[in-house]
Amino acid sequence: MQTFGWPEALFILRSAGWTLALTAIAFFIGSILGGAFAIMRLSRVRWLRRFAAGYILVIQSIPVLMVLFMSYYGLSALGIELPPFLAASASLSIYVSAYLAEIWRGSIESVPRQQWEASASLAHTTAQTYRHVILPQAIRISLPPTVGFLVQLVKNTSIVQVVGFVDLMRAGMLVNNATYQAFQIFTLVGAIYFAICFPLSRLSRHLEKVMNASRSH
Amino acid sequence: MPAVLIEGIHKRFGSLEVLKGVSLSVDPGQVVAIIGRSGSGKSTLLRCINGLETFHAGKIEVAGHMMTQDPTKLRALRKDVGIVFQSYNLFPHLTVGQNIMLSPRITKNVPQAEALALAKEVLAQVGLSEKFDSYPDNLSGGQQQRVAIARSLAMQPKVMLFDEVTSALDPELTGEVLLVMEKLAKGGMTMLLVTHEMNFARTVADTTVFMHQGLIWESGPSKELFANPQTPELANFVKAGAH
Amino acid sequence: MLFQDVFSKWPMILHGVWLTIALSFVAIALGLVLATAMTALRSLAGSWAGYVVDAYVELMRNTPFLVQLFMIFFGLPQIGIRLNGLEASMLAMTLNLAAYATEIIRAGVDSIHKSQIEAGLALAMTKWQVLKHVVLQPAFARVWPALSSQFVLMMLASSICSFVSVQELSGTAAIIEQDTFRSFETYIVVTVLYLVLALSFKLFLNWLGRKLFPQVSGLARLTEAHGEAA
Repeated sequence: MQTFGWPEALFILRSAGWTLALTAIAFFIGSILGGAFAIMRLSRVRWLRRFAAGYILVIQSIPVLMVLFMSYYGLSALGIELPPFLAASASLSIYVSAYLAEIWRGSIESVPRQQWEASASLAHTTAQTYRHVILPQAIRISLPPTVGFLVQLVKNTSIVQVVGFVDLMRAGMLVNNATYQAFQIFTLVGAIYFAICFPLSRLSRHLEKVMNASRSH
Repeated sequence: MPAVLIEGIHKRFGSLEVLKGVSLSVDPGQVVAIIGRSGSGKSTLLRCINGLETFHAGKIEVAGHMMTQDPTKLRALRKDVGIVFQSYNLFPHLTVGQNIMLSPRITKNVPQAEALALAKEVLAQVGLSEKFDSYPDNLSGGQQQRVAIARSLAMQPKVMLFDEVTSALDPELTGEVLLVMEKLAKGGMTMLLVTHEMNFARTVADTTVFMHQGLIWESGPSKELFANPQTPELANFVKAGAH
Repeated sequence: MLFQDVFSKWPMILHGVWLTIALSFVAIALGLVLATAMTALRSLAGSWAGYVVDAYVELMRNTPFLVQLFMIFFGLPQIGIRLNGLEASMLAMTLNLAAYATEIIRAGVDSIHKSQIEAGLALAMTKWQVLKHVVLQPAFARVWPALSSQFVLMMLASSICSFVSVQELSGTAAIIEQDTFRSFETYIVVTVLYLVLALSFKLFLNWLGRKLFPQVSGLARLTEAHGEAA
């Protein structure tokens, strides 16, 4: 049995780097997908709206674990075997896309209706209204919940080991299997997650305060 | 050729009929005040004129455009009809100058330099030249409303609609807005204003229209209307003051 | 694709569903009690208690549930407390939910305007009556949607308890998958079951909210107006 020493701690820290990389990629791809689904969700074409709504509802009503398994085994059934990092990225991107689509749709809908009216009254087209009036405001509104969701994403990367990827959590478990010092190991692992998530949570709350302050007129 | 021609407008909200056959004709340069209780349909009528509300019977012709829901034609109509709202509705993420310049630039392709000059001119007209680079957040209600008027003026409309534009303002701020509106009226702008400001209607508006239960109950030259109400409803309304 | 292999295991699946529901129920019941206690502690006991509760909430909300679970299951034995998978899961879920619920309830309580409390006291209510009728009940009514969402999320998070060999729905799926080698079919069935569970639970919670707090919309409007006036 090994002892929990520096090499083990460094292994855990390096894996934290992978967790961050995974988070970044899933957030990036998920944002693009999420934006697309948000637009679909607000479209005038009924089947597009329903499709997007269905997609979002399903993803939000199942555990992230199932999103991981379904995308992994789903792709398997189609004959596509992805290496662990790509499998994890793809699955998490799907998870992210549904939640961000909902957040962003909510942000667009919370721009006051009078802004739409004022813009339309100035003879703007719908596209111009979105581009110059609605989206700039919606993006501001969406910042606190989007950053808040980023925290959820980081925490949910902790289960990607089920598709074979060695992230921060898996690294901790591997070291635990070798050293049986769960308390110290998971304290370190927890502390690293906390160090990543806590500043983001604070940022989200700060952004919310700034937003509320500028709205109080 | 009237600037605004409204004929037989009927409008329903669900099962409630809010406009029961309204007809009105406004000549170019005429200033018409529309007064009445809440729920009389006055704001709804005004909003029909620039297409923010639809109607299921009747027709409206304004500034030479026939009212339609066809998007392209509606936009052409809206370039000639300006509206100022009770809650100003300035774009909070743009400065005052940017608020005013936006529409001319993107709907009429006015080049930047020209739009800038135009914006400065209308802003001077409402007496707020020094606020060009301020954000709406930093302005008082009265100032924001004047900017809203300038924003509409920048489109060089033929008709201006005012929807209870002083109702949300503190009393000491209504004066500055009414002054701007009076200047506009004297300058020959065709104006329709829904208002609770009885004095303003009486002194500045050529014609006053009193609405009641979705119909034009009484209308006529302002001074005459206020001095000699023909119907008990208007008499009571005038006696009670505004609201 | 053969679903038959999976469907033939329906007793196991049913047991998995049952355990998921039971785990969630226990976590929600105990978690709410704990959350209410912490909310009360925070407002009654002075600033040090507030800091402790805040620290607890921040810790639970900024670390993954899996880490918390493993801390309890693998870490506690090192200081002499040995819990089995099920016990560790119940404890972890309770503690986790309590943290989120505390935050949500706190937001609800904070939104009750001081003038409401003053009105209650002026009507000769005791402090406890004010707490119950003027603060807690309206606060719960107002945050019920947020709380319901959190409950559903917790139920979905129970899937993580499969990592400590608890045979709730996900744990059952793992076993069936090993037995039948029908990975795709197994997980489709289980995913659909989670979907049904989550949607039913949401509908149930909406119904429950209407039953428990029938006066919600009027009350919300009243207190909102007061908030603005200040």
